[in-house]
Amino acid sequence: MSKVPADLKYTKTHEWLRTLPDGSIEIGITDHAQHALGDLVFVEVPEAGRAVKAGEPCAVVESVKAASDVYAPVTGEVTAGNPRLASEPEAVNTDAYGGGWLMRVRPTPGGATAALMSPAEYEKLQQEEGD
Amino acid sequence: MRTREKVIFEHSHPGRGAADQWPHDPGSAAIADIPQKLRRTQRPLLPEVGELEAVRHFTRLSQLNFSIDTHFYPLGSCTMKYNPKACNQYAMLPEFLARHPLGPESHGQGFLACMHELQEMLKEVTGMQAVALSPMAGAHGEFAGVAMIRAFHRSRGDLARNEIIVPEAAHGTNPATATMCGCVVREIPVDAAGDVDLAALEAAVGPNTAGIMLTNPSTLGVFERRIEQVARIVHAAGGLLYYDGANLNAILGKVRPGDMGFDVIHMNLHKTFSTPHGGGGPGAGAVGVSARLEPFLPIPIVGREGERYRWLAERDRPQSIGRLSAFMGNAGVLLRAYIYMRMLGREGMSRVGEYATLNANYLLALLKERGFDAAYPSRRASHEFIITLKKQARDLEVTAMDFAKRLLDYGFHAPTTYFPLLVPECLLIEPTETEGKDTLDAFVAAMSQIQTEAEQEPERVTSAPHTMPVRRLDDVRAAKQLDLTWKPTAQS
Repeated sequence: MSKVPADLKYTKTHEWLRTLPDGSIEIGITDHAQHALGDLVFVEVPEAGRAVKAGEPCAVVESVKAASDVYAPVTGEVTAGNPRLASEPEAVNTDAYGGGWLMRVRPTPGGATAALMSPAEYEKLQQEEGD
Repeated sequence: MRTREKVIFEHSHPGRGAADQWPHDPGSAAIADIPQKLRRTQRPLLPEVGELEAVRHFTRLSQLNFSIDTHFYPLGSCTMKYNPKACNQYAMLPEFLARHPLGPESHGQGFLACMHELQEMLKEVTGMQAVALSPMAGAHGEFAGVAMIRAFHRSRGDLARNEIIVPEAAHGTNPATATMCGCVVREIPVDAAGDVDLAALEAAVGPNTAGIMLTNPSTLGVFERRIEQVARIVHAAGGLLYYDGANLNAILGKVRPGDMGFDVIHMNLHKTFSTPHGGGGPGAGAVGVSARLEPFLPIPIVGREGERYRWLAERDRPQSIGRLSAFMGNAGVLLRAYIYMRMLGREGMSRVGEYATLNANYLLALLKERGFDAAYPSRRASHEFIITLKKQARDLEVTAMDFAKRLLDYGFHAPTTYFPLLVPECLLIEPTETEGKDTLDAFVAAMSQIQTEAEQEPERVTSAPHTMPVRRLDDVRAAKQLDLTWKPTAQS
């Protein structure tokens, strides 16, 4: 069973969200997602300043098996893309919830948000998908 | 066991060579007009081997091929079917080979007649109103198709239509094509049985809808049963239907995309119609259209006036999306497809669909009997089907990739792995119509044997292949540090 930290929120498209002290949101893909994708060979994250819209693709993760879009869970402005991933995409595999974060976003006040799940709900989703 | 063949430089020894085949010294007069600064000052680094060594080297390399002429190849028509040798033989007739594309129409009437008949046969088998042959690959045909959809809307002043709807079971190239054509992609889900979610489709269509791109049967290996409703919904919203011909093999001679309500179709002649395309090309992505899209077809098209054939070009088709290739596409490939269709005839064409489907369903039934899980157990296979090795990955830690690699040891090419992305740990298996029962039974026996190995000695499967020239490759490193060039070491 993949790890599902209790202090995060999740989406049904397998992103995780962490609220940072300054109110911005750190976003990554879950342990379950990285496991399903396999070893990543390429990660494309947005640059600071880019506007992202909830539910729309905002990053690309590519493994030897597949390339997948990552969907923005909130509408807002990117404050940082993880610079480490350009040379070390494998950080997403080894540390999905830490060093493998993809981007930080400052949500637009009153902006749209994707349907978010609690850790328990996300664990249930994983089980349904046969993790 | 086959062993790795060295690169020819590694066979090299200074002074060896086929002396009688060395070029004669051209003498200084022959190179007098080449400027000094462009002349080589050092001898080129060339391998030095004897004639027999060179023959053996290249013969051994050719024997390393894992090809449809030597092995069962369950990638199927999605990659390449068996290429009947007669197609090649007739396409190589000197009258075809020596024809110059700039020669006058009067000198190429035989060739033009073949191309005209090919257009007519493709119209008949797909139920479309008109066909153009010039796109040079499947993706090129897709590009032509979506470009025509856009041209159609523009010609009516309907400028807001820039959205292409793509079900998640569509062919992977479809979203890329739509994006290339400047459209916005809207993905819609399929339901648990693999059919398009009609409610999601209803919600997605509107005044911005340019069209929908569909493969039927879909990449899930099942026939889209509600295709007529899909067509009604999209047409009612003012959009057009695009048929990706990737899976045309399943329905050849049985169901026609034109009758399902499609407005545009591309056909992979290099897949469904059996032309060779080793190493990625050349292909032929002919397009067919309904009457309202005919003016937009790419040119040139072969027209017939009485007993004469001629190219229809700009002056005949002012609304055409234009030319997509020099001359008229991959002529040699088109000829091979033409000969294939003529050899099959109308009845043979239906048998392709029938046997492709029968073989897939036979394989699926047998694999299910041996305990493998179908991804869509309630559905009949089309010409291909998906099994999922989720259970094996979870309980035995033996993945779909491990099965695929181990199949090589049993003398079978691996099926498509990890596609479609919707199904975890999947193998997409397509036997095609040309395989006999013996081969299919042997494949199932190998799969069962691998399953037993996975249960009893998983290491044997997870470390496969054992009998190939190379063992398991580090595909992650290969993807990150691509290094394809042999570099000389010591003696140079």
